[in-house]
Amino acid sequence: MPLLQTKALSLHVASRVLCANLNVEFRAGENWVILGANGSGKTTLLHTLAGLRTPAAGHVELEGQPIHSLSHRARARRFGILLQDSETAFPATVLETILTGRHPHLNPWQWESSEDQALAEKALISVGLSGMAARPLSTLSGGERRRVEIATLLTQDAPLCLMDEPTNHLDLRHQTEILELLSARAQRPAHANIFVLHDVNLATRFGTHVILLFGDGAHRHGPMQDVVRHETLEKLYQCRLREVRDHEGVWYLPR
Amino acid sequence: MSRRLLLTLTLLLAAPLSLLYALSHGSLAISPAELWQAIRGTDTSLAQSVILELRLPRAASAFAVGGLLALAGALLQVLLRNPLADPYVLGISGGASVAVLLSMLAGLSTVWLRGNAFFGALLSMVLVFGLSRTGSAWTQSRLLLTGVVVAAGWGAIISLILAVAPGAQVQGMLFWLLGDLSYATKPALALALLGIGLLISLWFARPLNLLARGETVAAALGENPARLRFVVYILSSLLTAVAVTLAGSVGFIGLIVPHILRLAGGSDHRFLLPNCVLFGGSFLVVADTLARSWIAPMTLPVGVLTALLGVPVFLYLLARAR
Repeated sequence: MPLLQTKALSLHVASRVLCANLNVEFRAGENWVILGANGSGKTTLLHTLAGLRTPAAGHVELEGQPIHSLSHRARARRFGILLQDSETAFPATVLETILTGRHPHLNPWQWESSEDQALAEKALISVGLSGMAARPLSTLSGGERRRVEIATLLTQDAPLCLMDEPTNHLDLRHQTEILELLSARAQRPAHANIFVLHDVNLATRFGTHVILLFGDGAHRHGPMQDVVRHETLEKLYQCRLREVRDHEGVWYLPR
Repeated sequence: MSRRLLLTLTLLLAAPLSLLYALSHGSLAISPAELWQAIRGTDTSLAQSVILELRLPRAASAFAVGGLLALAGALLQVLLRNPLADPYVLGISGGASVAVLLSMLAGLSTVWLRGNAFFGALLSMVLVFGLSRTGSAWTQSRLLLTGVVVAAGWGAIISLILAVAPGAQVQGMLFWLLGDLSYATKPALALALLGIGLLISLWFARPLNLLARGETVAAALGENPARLRFVVYILSSLLTAVAVTLAGSVGFIGLIVPHILRLAGGSDHRFLLPNCVLFGGSFLVVADTLARSWIAPMTLPVGVLTALLGVPVFLYLLARAR
């Protein structure tokens, strides 16, 4: 059984059709990437997959059950969501923020245990922020804050991760390191990832499967190498691209 | 951890000290020995009746009102994710004030004033929630705007009543509007409701930590945002309504106490909410004692004292915080 699947899913925003009749199965071990131009519905699709939005038609199933029949808590134990942006209205430290990832695993009167603390500290190290646990979030740079959010997602420890532009604000080194870390999680039993990305070259490097959203309701999906082609990408982004090949692979650059 | 715990323990100690201060100060000075005898019941003099029948109920009421307002303020600030929010921003006190001022105009008794104040607060709560839900999506800014506009409407009606009311009644009305504990003689119910309110809000303390980072974050980490916001709205409104019913619109506590405690001990609601009850309560006990003893036998409106004490404390903490 797929971990997550869409059945005849259609997405509308303000009477515009973003995606019509989408049927995709997300299986264990797969790293999916959603690609599309600005405003083509990538985030809308990701939020619908996560049950944060109601689709115009069709539905999403998590392990065979309609996602809206599951409680928020049951969902948060099975999949984590990395949002595109974050906001902080009130002061908080790095560790406090990362520990909120344990929320779906704790009962109302329960406090984070020493194992929860250990998980949080491990996540902090894995995103390269060791020693910053006590820092107020407001003293961090944009890229560091992004990695705190990723560490929170890791601490949530959900088998399925839905991530909206995880490489936002990250420098070149951290883009690849973080994507390596996240995509490797799909190798664990019954784990998978869905990424929204803007960088086609990161997508082809770390993704196994892809969904292309053309913004007019049309879409294409399947294994990365079957779907991502030079002319398809030019149509997707409505611009001319240069294809660069060498013995390691293929890169797409804007002309 | 240790610093947060230290803050809570300090506040736990401050609460009984503030009560002792309130019991021993006033137009009749009472020595610690007399106070001890009166509490033990071995003294049946005037001092005892002053302490047990006048000062204790008033100090306990002040504690309840201060705790209710600070707790409601902390809840509303996170619900609206707006640091400028206070318990009165959504028009709860405006509704209560209009009801009370109309009752005063009609010459109704104190009991009626209380009942009508609570009714006015509830009316405003239902009105704002109903209006903010019409139309498409519910958003924090929509609730805030609806509340602010309704509060402005109440404010206009209050000004109108003050303008047409007979001169003799205006001072009583102003005292009520500024907050006054002179008639708060039965604190038991308010104290019980404060305890229940704190327990309910502690049940939601961890979800509130998520809500502080946004409704989508709360939903993503396993909370039902619609349920959470409904509970927080109703709870904070009811806490405010009880406080306003007991003492009028005591200002400033609900806005400033949560901020002072966030600066001192962080934003984790599992600490912040009980700290608000302790500090808000103690703060109003001290302010009310000053209000009735500073230029005794004249009494100042306690709402003026809370602002006069709170503004410098807050500005100092803000300047020190980095």
